[in-house]
Amino acid sequence: MFLIGAVFALFVLCLLFIVRFCIVLKTGPSCKPGDKGYVSVLVVAGSGGHTTEILRLMEHLSAAYSPRHYVVADTDRMSVEKICTFEGCDPSPSQFTVCRIPRSREVNQSWASSAVSTLKALQYSIPLVFRLRPDMVLCNGPGTCVPLCVAALLLGILGIKKILIVYVESICRVQTLSLTGKILYLLSDYFFVQWSSLRTRYPRSIFLGRIV
Amino acid sequence: MKTVFVTVGTTSFDELIERITSSEVTQELKIRGYERLVLQVGRGSVLPAADSCSHVRLEAFRFKDSIAEDMRQADLVVSHAGAGSCLEALGAGKPLLVVVNDKLMDNHQLELARQLHMDNHLLYCTCSTLKETLRDMDLSVLQPFPPRQPKNFANFLDKALGVK
Repeated sequence: MFLIGAVFALFVLCLLFIVRFCIVLKTGPSCKPGDKGYVSVLVVAGSGGHTTEILRLMEHLSAAYSPRHYVVADTDRMSVEKICTFEGCDPSPSQFTVCRIPRSREVNQSWASSAVSTLKALQYSIPLVFRLRPDMVLCNGPGTCVPLCVAALLLGILGIKKILIVYVESICRVQTLSLTGKILYLLSDYFFVQWSSLRTRYPRSIFLGRIV
Repeated sequence: MKTVFVTVGTTSFDELIERITSSEVTQELKIRGYERLVLQVGRGSVLPAADSCSHVRLEAFRFKDSIAEDMRQADLVVSHAGAGSCLEALGAGKPLLVVVNDKLMDNHQLELARQLHMDNHLLYCTCSTLKETLRDMDLSVLQPFPPRQPKNFANFLDKALGVK
């Protein structure tokens, strides 16, 4: 009897989770964090070329997008330097911060071990996102952004805060999405591609020409 | 002095460096009016010496903090298919010849170079066709690459998020 009850409770919980998940995904367009005057941003800087590209985008966002929290993989020193150069590394507090999490996937890592390290990254991502509670997550492709976006979704599912997920696919992707892109196409609120051929294939994506 | 700048980014591409410094290719460069050849060889195993070329003036280095100045001075950029190198050359408004490393299979970066070639923004060849391509190339067919428009992204986001 107890077992049936437990299974039933678990079933209801899962159902509730799925329903909440769908609601959270659908509320993107009606979520207007800008109404309160500022938008706090979690920027997933990832590594190498990804960091350069995302900083180029940040450059054109107005001062209303503040504070800005940058997340870098803990094996990446270059990105921190780039961010500091970009932000001017002025010690004036609270306008920007840099946080580190374990990298979820190194280049050429196998699928199975990627899954394990992504779980490990999730363990760091959830407390980070819960603590910062940004209005939006901005990312452009490094594997690190998957656990962070999952954590952001979780906040919405639990009814704590709706966090917008904005994804920009790399200009290198002309015909097919990256692995991260394929996952985030399902989870993001605004999904940008930079080639019209991708827009045709993925109708929910946004094409504004070459933006990075 | 008409200059060719060769860049392999952070990779190594010995075959390209060997081929472009070979006597028959440098001779072709000279015929086309190029007198100076600058090589960025990255992690490659060969760093050609300055006096190893008979037809052109040669300079070679592995890495620099910025290759923007080399790009600016170049009259022709020869690059590997890496997205960063291609976009930097096109962004600098330079005629670009991409040499594909056909030993690297399924390199997703090729997708971009191929598309840019289809849109007439760059020329495209392999090491084995380098000499013929340099001999026959017509740079006037190349279309300028439109600049990026990050403002479009910012405006869209402002509107979507209700930022005033």
